[in-house]
Amino acid sequence: MPEIIVQSDPFDMGERLNRFAARQANAGAVVSFSGIVRDVATGDLDAMEIEHYPGMTEKALEKIAEEAMTRWQLADAFILHRYGRMGQGETIMMVATAARHRADAFAAAEFLMDYLKSRAPFWKKEITGEGAAWVAARDEDEDALTRWQQQ
Amino acid sequence: MIELRYFAWLRERVGTGHETVETGATTVAELIEELKARDEGYAFAFSDLKAIRAAVDQDLVDLDAPIAGAKEVAFFPPMTGG
Repeated sequence: MPEIIVQSDPFDMGERLNRFAARQANAGAVVSFSGIVRDVATGDLDAMEIEHYPGMTEKALEKIAEEAMTRWQLADAFILHRYGRMGQGETIMMVATAARHRADAFAAAEFLMDYLKSRAPFWKKEITGEGAAWVAARDEDEDALTRWQQQ
Repeated sequence: MIELRYFAWLRERVGTGHETVETGATTVAELIEELKARDEGYAFAFSDLKAIRAAVDQDLVDLDAPIAGAKEVAFFPPMTGG
């Protein structure tokens, strides 16, 4: 069963990844991705705020993880996503996948990220010296899903 | 009675995160039309339907989806997780 965690607290991605890897008995490959708060182009980001839809968030992430488990030969999957206020350089989220072989682990991790970006109910807001602005969704994020739907 | 939820800039434009309404709408799109007719704030919030996503009972749906028997309908902009 994939593990899904939605929390506001900071987390240690190394510790989380080690724990995930340690509980795999049947996997030769573990792949992970982490999303970090980056500065805005003008270089004056004060903070990022992430809003989410409690209840639907967990449900959507579980659905995405289960879909990945069905599409690839995965031993396990892990998704952790934060909400609330965080500063530049802080870790926003991470996914990890475990499989017997690396191709499945890589592909599934990318799939989890592509779906999570535009199908899990999170909204980012950047707070700068100029004020606060919601981050707009990008067309490329939606295009990334088309690729998986064609396969 | 149906519970409505709003998130991100839609919540800010509507001015509330949730409310309970009585509705005669049978689809999400009809519900949006009812809301738009209420006042300028709602009309502005829902002015660009391409920028609106909806969930019925926490499942993402198209705007022509039925809402019969739904407990909760949520409106929000395209998601930006990750």
